[in-house]
Amino acid sequence: MEPEAENIRYYHTLKILEEKCQGRMRCMRKCPTQAIRVRRGKAHILEELCIDCGECINACPEGAIVPLTDPVEQTSKFKCRVAIPSPVLYSQFSVDIHPPEIFAGLKKLGFDYVGDASSACEAMSMALRIYLEEHTGPWPVISSFCPAVIRFIQVEYPGLTEHIIPLEVPRELAAKEIKLELSRKLNLPLEEIGAIYLTSCPAKAVSIRQPAEKEKSWFNGSISIADIYNPLLSAIMSLREGEFEDDLNQPSAIGMGWKVLGGTCSFLESGNCVAVSGIVELTRILDDIEKSKLREVKYVEASFCPEGCIGGPLAVENAYVARVKTIRLEDRYGKRPRLQEERVRQLYHEGHYFLERRIQPRPIKPLHPDIAKSIALMKEKEKIYNLLPRVDCGLCGCPTCLTFAEDVVKGLLDISDCLYNSIRRRSSP
Amino acid sequence: MNDDSLLDLEFEIIGGDFNQAGRVSTRLKSILKEVGFNPQVVRRVAISTYEAEMNVVMYARRGVLRFKASPQRISIVIEDEGQGIENIEMAMKEGYSTATDEMREMGFGAGMGLPNIKRNSDRFEITSEIGKGTRLKVTIIAGDGTRS
Repeated sequence: MEPEAENIRYYHTLKILEEKCQGRMRCMRKCPTQAIRVRRGKAHILEELCIDCGECINACPEGAIVPLTDPVEQTSKFKCRVAIPSPVLYSQFSVDIHPPEIFAGLKKLGFDYVGDASSACEAMSMALRIYLEEHTGPWPVISSFCPAVIRFIQVEYPGLTEHIIPLEVPRELAAKEIKLELSRKLNLPLEEIGAIYLTSCPAKAVSIRQPAEKEKSWFNGSISIADIYNPLLSAIMSLREGEFEDDLNQPSAIGMGWKVLGGTCSFLESGNCVAVSGIVELTRILDDIEKSKLREVKYVEASFCPEGCIGGPLAVENAYVARVKTIRLEDRYGKRPRLQEERVRQLYHEGHYFLERRIQPRPIKPLHPDIAKSIALMKEKEKIYNLLPRVDCGLCGCPTCLTFAEDVVKGLLDISDCLYNSIRRRSSP
Repeated sequence: MNDDSLLDLEFEIIGGDFNQAGRVSTRLKSILKEVGFNPQVVRRVAISTYEAEMNVVMYARRGVLRFKASPQRISIVIEDEGQGIENIEMAMKEGYSTATDEMREMGFGAGMGLPNIKRNSDRFEITSEIGKGTRLKVTIIAGDGTRS
């Protein structure tokens, strides 16, 4: 195991606007890794623990937590700008707006090219099938496409990183193939081509700036679907006849399915695949894998957002409606494979679909670097915890009594900061 | 040994309580992770305590799990009051199980428990008395005390 450098700074895309924050603690209670504390009435994110899932964005009633994706206007520094929307975008508009109109709308907004990521998803579906045929264990393997899941495993389940499939994620494959092709076609060096990902996911924006599995992403930036939605819709509405062509060969229906919970499983057509989404179920499955309880399961498709990427915090459409729209699009484009499996198999064995490096654990900092001292602190923490009401009221600004005890042994809080206890003391005779 | 650096915890496990089964293992896992033990050591502890917990839940009335961790080694002792194991040699074989159909329907009792614990431990001792109960002691070497 290669531990990460000690004082590495993690890049995050979530920012709390202090002037807007009312300290209502909704984000603190919602955060799955307990990475938020409220101090002096304002929420703070503990960088080391944050996995950029975006749960806090929607939890905040004040809208004080914003994703730091790139502004729509940015990216003009490139000679050639190519937008690569996540197939989630296809499901965000009314049912009579199809991908070709969306592509044309994006060009109206100033992109020189628009690339489709769904065919890369289809290629990765086939690569995944080959991987499962050839893999010999440990089982079950866990999908690699959701960066929030990857970071959740790195932080909370560091012992399970070896279960993560070392296959490239479709968005990176799409960016790589599209950029290389444009570079050849336009005779431009790669640095002059700016690939922008349009996404429903703050964690993907992070993984583009600080990938877990490679030096550098093929993307040069990302734009939130929520940010581009209105300008894009106006651009689509202003399209005239002849400005786009409906090409039924373009997007891949198999690929679009990736963005919906169970999409990769349904392609595999196998009885020992499990699709799981949402933090509660995800935690249960990962706990079971850690205890080696999931013996019959070979493949776990895991996405952080309920219903998959279509349920991402930066999406506009309701996830359930988006799911139905995706199914309609799949019917429209037909679920027959666009790619030749033999070709994919050949590229697979040439290493085309693999990550540059395997995902490494990113365990949280222990209580103390010296294990003996760390154990002593843990005993102290247990002692403090036993003095606490264990109701997890959160009034101290910590999400749970256990995190309060931790902050006390770390010297960040004093035991007298427990309001519940001090009220209880005052009211007892 | 310095007493401060020895973590000593005790948990009670109730027989037949499938809803609570696995809680001890999950709790120990998060404690060890926070202390900073190597993730693979944490995982071995999680697996062996889970299997041991399940054995108590399935075959005993009640049991106690005593957990001790020092920077060098982790020891887990599980003592239960229950039916005991008639043939330990057989019980150590993969796939051998005396689980009822009901347990199997719930996805347990595949006969992997004890072998799995043994596989994940550095020392494994088991004694059992019919009609009285079983005592299991598992030792896992955690390292030389420094962070991996």
